[in-house]
Amino acid sequence: MAAPIITEPAPPPARGYWRRNQMRLAPWLFLAPGILFFAVYVILPIFQSFHISLYRWDGLGEARYIGLRNYERLLEDQAFYTSLWNNVRWLVLYLLAIPAGLFIALFLNQRVRGIRLYKSLFFFPFVISQVVVGLVFAWFYNPSIGLLNPLIGLFGFGPVNILGNPNTVTYGIIAAGLWPQVAYCMILYLTGLNAVDPEQVEAARLDGAKGWKMLWYVILPQLRPATFIAVVVTVIGALRSFDMVSVMTSGGPFGSSRVLAYYMFEVSLSEYGFRMGYGAAIAVVLFLIMMVYIAFFLWRMWREERGG
Amino acid sequence: MRFTLTGAAAALAMTTALAGPASAELTGDLRIFFNDQNPAPRAAIEGMVERFQEMHPNLNIELTLIDREANKTQIRNYLTANAPDVNGWYAGNRMRPYVNAGLFEDVSDLWDGPMGEELASTRPALTLDGRQWGVPYTYYQWGIYYRADIYEELGLTPAATWEEEIANCQAILDSGRKCYTIGTRFLWTAGGWFDYLNLRTHGYDFHMALTANEIPWTDDRVRETFANWRTLIDMGAFIDNHTAYTWQEAQPYLVNGQAAAYLMGNFLVEPLRDAGMTDDQLGFYQFPEITPGIPKAEDAPTDTLHIPAQAQNKEAAREFLRYVASAENQTIVNEVLGQLPINRNATVADDKFIQAGFEMLSNATGGIAQFFDRDADAEMASAGMEGFQEFMVMPDNLDAILNRLESVRQRILED
Repeated sequence: MAAPIITEPAPPPARGYWRRNQMRLAPWLFLAPGILFFAVYVILPIFQSFHISLYRWDGLGEARYIGLRNYERLLEDQAFYTSLWNNVRWLVLYLLAIPAGLFIALFLNQRVRGIRLYKSLFFFPFVISQVVVGLVFAWFYNPSIGLLNPLIGLFGFGPVNILGNPNTVTYGIIAAGLWPQVAYCMILYLTGLNAVDPEQVEAARLDGAKGWKMLWYVILPQLRPATFIAVVVTVIGALRSFDMVSVMTSGGPFGSSRVLAYYMFEVSLSEYGFRMGYGAAIAVVLFLIMMVYIAFFLWRMWREERGG
Repeated sequence: MRFTLTGAAAALAMTTALAGPASAELTGDLRIFFNDQNPAPRAAIEGMVERFQEMHPNLNIELTLIDREANKTQIRNYLTANAPDVNGWYAGNRMRPYVNAGLFEDVSDLWDGPMGEELASTRPALTLDGRQWGVPYTYYQWGIYYRADIYEELGLTPAATWEEEIANCQAILDSGRKCYTIGTRFLWTAGGWFDYLNLRTHGYDFHMALTANEIPWTDDRVRETFANWRTLIDMGAFIDNHTAYTWQEAQPYLVNGQAAAYLMGNFLVEPLRDAGMTDDQLGFYQFPEITPGIPKAEDAPTDTLHIPAQAQNKEAAREFLRYVASAENQTIVNEVLGQLPINRNATVADDKFIQAGFEMLSNATGGIAQFFDRDADAEMASAGMEGFQEFMVMPDNLDAILNRLESVRQRILED
């Protein structure tokens, strides 16, 4: 059947639900896949962790509800405090990556022949996988075949066993972790430095500012966005430090280099682990600690966006 | 029609299997997950499968090799979903989580026959809750591997008693060497030392009761074991910085003559031979007596094969385990592995160390332990070995360590 031929001008088409709400719906439709996956793979597991942490469960058999028992045990667990304390050390010392990255960036921010090559060389450690960095440093520290001992021997220092000594092991791992993290902060600052307004620098120079004053009052304020991102990634990097610990020491010697993330893995998923409830309780604690930082940064971001 | 035929075949297979190790007509698929990819174990399992295939040409055997470490976590997945018909694992308490969760098939029926008698030495290790859950195919001895040439140079002979051991060690230390090499980075090597010191100080029953959480870690007898260990530590008997090394990284100390002995399992021999050590240089002796009169017990970790409860072709799997356990197969397999057969009718390879191990384990009147991390509960094993490592570095922390282990024990008992 042929369609009737329309001779009169068509009446305005009935505005359907979609047409009416298109503007409002479109962003949600575009967001939907992201929201869905974020909910299923991030939000839901958070609540699942809370849930599992109330049970005693080996991942295979029946899960038994034990209330807050796992958390009570955490409070008595020496290994938990060691891990927590190590996390604090990570957090504080890892922040050194920010000034270190800044100074390397300032140093490299000049127009010299081949500067791109130098920049890439400094950035190189960030490109290498953390696992490889960990392995390389573990060999470097190795008391029998490592390069470190002959090196400090040149300056008359005795042989050290960095990764085998409970007092030095965490610092040894953090030093290894700092290497790529400094590179990361450096690249953040290098991009930041590109955006520094040359006119302001010129004006400051005319007013007689130089050296530290110039850096502190003129350059750094303009680098605030870079600093902000650097702090965020470094804090989160410090809190989720896991691969280095796993590769370099497996938490040893006798658990003295554990961090919360590694302890959680050890308790719930390693060879002697499979105490899922206890692992989940550690995960919850780690999540709450991270939440403090994340909330703080989100709040700042929101405030700045509103202000700007 | 076809349905009844397969049913009949299965019934036939069952009856013949029950009748004895006669070759039954097996059909269908047999999926085997084996937990080692290293050259020797790989050759061993491939040989087993090949011979079994020849006996049962209509069976479609599918062999999957899984990395030894990866298997320790993967087993949880494959036992619960898409289970194979046979899988590799370990004896002792290591089977506990899977037995408790009902994931291993009860194979006591296999052990009821003559096979059980032939494998009698490891029956306790495969028994949980009064039933057997798998079949062993190999084990290996632990003991002290020493540099015979260094001993000769210093005019020493392997010790039979603790006093001699200490005297020898002092002589070795005086010659500018360390008595023992060890790498405790992955902890279990320290577990070997604890096992032997405890087995020799208080005997098998005490050791098994301790690993079964029946004795408090703060017990004075446990302290006696640690006191013996401390004697060696205070002498400086162990190499320095052992916390930084793996068991492989500790080998060069023995090979280069910086240390005179290594308490280890027989798998140590192969890498040492590869490193150029001759059988004249390398000797083996049983861990010496400490408390006189206690029957000597040994560590001999047993590797095993099991049938997952969810296996599809259990008749074929049972028949395969029957073959694995047979004297003929165990002779061939352990020749390839360079280890000891469990079947008492099997022939032991003509190798100095394997012969020595066979001799030792055949006379292990005290009993045969699996190893600290297979005898003890997993949580206890990890806390325990960590404590041993700490003790080796800071022996003064003993009280804190034992209190910690005791609280772990209490917690496990509470659960």
